[in-house]
Amino acid sequence: MSRLTKSRLFWPIIALVVLLLFNAVFTKNFFSIQIIDNHLYGNIIDILKNVAPLALLAIGMTLVIATGGIDISVGSVVAISGAIACSIIDGRIGSFNNTLLFALIFALLSGIICGIWNGILVAKIKIQPVVATLILMTAGRGIAQLITKGKIVTINSASMVNEYYFIGAGYLLGLPFALFIVLIVLLIVLAFIKRTAFGLFLESLGTNNRSSHLAGIQVDKLKLITYIISGFMAALAGILISSNIKGADCNNAGLFIELDAILAVAIGGNSLNGGRFSVGSSVIGALVIQCLTTTVYALGVPPQTISLVKAIVIITICLFQSNKFREAIFGRFNYFKKSKDLLVKKGAQIS
Amino acid sequence: MTAKPLLTMRKIYKVFPGVKALSDVDFTLRSGEIHALLGENGAGKSTLIKVLTGVEKLDSGQIELSGEEIRTKSPKHAQELGISTVYQEVNLCANLSVAENIFIGREPKKNGMIDWKTINSRTKKLLNKLNIDIDVTQTLSHYSVAVQQMVAIARAIDVEAKVLILDEPTSSLDATECEKLFNVMNQLKSEGMGIVFVTHFLDQVYAVSDRITILRNGELVGEFLAAELPKLELISKMIGKGYDVLSETIKNTDNDQDIEKQVYLRADKVLSIGNIKEFTLDVKKSEVLGLAGLLGSGRSETARVIFGADKVSSGTLYIKGEKVNLGKPLDAIKKGIAYCPEDRKTDAILGNLSIRENIIVALQSKEGMFKFIGRKKQEEIADYYIKLLQIKTPNREQLIKNLSGGNQQKVILARWLATHPELLILDEPTRGIDIGTKAEIQQLVVELAHGEMAVIFISSEMDEMLRCCTRMAVFSEKQKLGELEGDEISEQKIMKMIAGGNER
Repeated sequence: MSRLTKSRLFWPIIALVVLLLFNAVFTKNFFSIQIIDNHLYGNIIDILKNVAPLALLAIGMTLVIATGGIDISVGSVVAISGAIACSIIDGRIGSFNNTLLFALIFALLSGIICGIWNGILVAKIKIQPVVATLILMTAGRGIAQLITKGKIVTINSASMVNEYYFIGAGYLLGLPFALFIVLIVLLIVLAFIKRTAFGLFLESLGTNNRSSHLAGIQVDKLKLITYIISGFMAALAGILISSNIKGADCNNAGLFIELDAILAVAIGGNSLNGGRFSVGSSVIGALVIQCLTTTVYALGVPPQTISLVKAIVIITICLFQSNKFREAIFGRFNYFKKSKDLLVKKGAQIS
Repeated sequence: MTAKPLLTMRKIYKVFPGVKALSDVDFTLRSGEIHALLGENGAGKSTLIKVLTGVEKLDSGQIELSGEEIRTKSPKHAQELGISTVYQEVNLCANLSVAENIFIGREPKKNGMIDWKTINSRTKKLLNKLNIDIDVTQTLSHYSVAVQQMVAIARAIDVEAKVLILDEPTSSLDATECEKLFNVMNQLKSEGMGIVFVTHFLDQVYAVSDRITILRNGELVGEFLAAELPKLELISKMIGKGYDVLSETIKNTDNDQDIEKQVYLRADKVLSIGNIKEFTLDVKKSEVLGLAGLLGSGRSETARVIFGADKVSSGTLYIKGEKVNLGKPLDAIKKGIAYCPEDRKTDAILGNLSIRENIIVALQSKEGMFKFIGRKKQEEIADYYIKLLQIKTPNREQLIKNLSGGNQQKVILARWLATHPELLILDEPTRGIDIGTKAEIQQLVVELAHGEMAVIFISSEMDEMLRCCTRMAVFSEKQKLGELEGDEISEQKIMKMIAGGNER
């Protein structure tokens, strides 16, 4: 049992289970799954489908945060990648034979380039990660606007629209296709972490930069890699998001999603100071956030209070991950118990 | 010695998961005395102090200060009661000024504003009392570790302390600085303060202490008057058995002669701007080469250049006659060089990682990221070195930060031995380590050199250097002065070289 509670996955999973239990009791038909148009349909399926972009971002963000860094530019990279993919599919830029393939390649490439840019600023030029990625965060949406010439690109009339729509909103074997993308990416990343020394090196340099350097770890190179992975994940998320709405909206696509990604990492119980990390628990963290959003909508909470409700739940989750907090709470319980026992005893004496 | 007890601790118990850190320990401190608290690593000195200063909660026992029972809740609470502590690692804010550091959290105010004039003048006065005359408005990082240590002490004694605890205050001080510190300690003692002095340097114990309390394995060995306890007896009480290992020479003298030892590494007119002036140095196989000199003399810098941690500005490094270019530590590691840095805490240990991971990391980076060493192999390697170096730990998954200093150092040694180096550079490998472990490490160094390995050994302790090294390069002021070999090596010769500049 103690081994179970010590696992990084434990508290995030508990949070998720509590949320689901809450829904089981208070939300009507939350768990009902129907088959419509040959695929599964229901709140749970919705959560799995909509969580995909956030889960991808959380995977990349976990690695960056493990090095002691942070990447707040992912929202803008989402916009850039979406803009590129939609513009190519719509035939606004370039004239490629197999437009869908090229759209995807160039969109993903843009994410990698953004990652290299961030990585160089942080690892080589040694700018603090928040500041370094802030540059692209602000500039990125401008770049996306340049690509779409300031317009919202819709691809409804493009020939490849259905294929592109399938990536983010389609279903395979009755399940959302995006879910498969996340699973495959997660497996590849996990293999990279566990089957090579990548995980060890990340945890090492997140724990102590100087020691790691002197132990032969190429600190700068590894940092660069994490930012590239983060950029790639953001581009992939950008594809999913733009595919889902059949268009690229440079101003709103992925707006503030970087904060949710960081939050997912935090809910996953990863220290924002770097060091020990778990990609899996970050993904659970993303699920918690998505589940919460769906819950709030399903309950019909008035839109203006949604943020507040989310904030309260999230603060509670984060507090419960703290050993000190739990000790304080349960310690207090014990204290009450004791004083109650004492009172009972006293009462007995008096009578 | 009829001074009345200022502080008494009775029947102190403290258990950490799996370890009995303190069991039935008594400690008495009288006002106006300097009381040395001695013991090997893991004997319970630090725990006793932590319990006293409120860093750790005691499980059971009684603490009385000036006749009143106290139970310290936090370091701040302890300080309010009059118990001040200066820790081994200076824990001040390096980016604040000296004066700010001393008054942080209790700044004198005038009209609601911080009264900088008073702060600066009082700091100046305070430091003058310790015979230090520096610009107190400069940031702390501007000054040497020794001065920082003095500032920490100044801060501790300015808060109306009755009890002053000095936890390894001298480990980064040179001889004259120590002398200064001892004067200050004696002065405070004459003012009626009780001082607890924790150290590994036994000579210093005898230089200033009135009484000695010895702990071993979390238990009290006894309290003694310093004047009545001979050093050898003290050592045997600390380790629990007779001990003469440290008085012998262990270096290899037999293979000094005849055979011309093979040169492993040659630094030819190497210069690293800002670190070390041009030097030429041969490192030979099967020998322990000592780099002697005072702190900051350039001995560590030389090691860092050879390891690729600092850039070579001009000159050439040859390994086995082949010209090499070491741009980063990894290049050196791949060539078979290993380096245990001077500052264990900031440059060597990976605090939040396990012993296994700490041991495996250098080998893994030598092999490359994609040649992953499997979990089972990792465990085998870790277990092998835990056994070989007798690292005291419940298991290999223990976090390294939970180990005592000596055991941490052994883990770092294991990390490098696991890479099977041809040249092992040890920079202060025995600093802050108890005598037993010290002897083990020295023995190991000599044994390693008995094999094929070349060893570079750096230490501030002359005794240790004399015991282990067969050849010595002497440094001063970031410059190599010369070399001594075989019978030439003696403390006097080295001192003379350092004092007299370049003449031999």
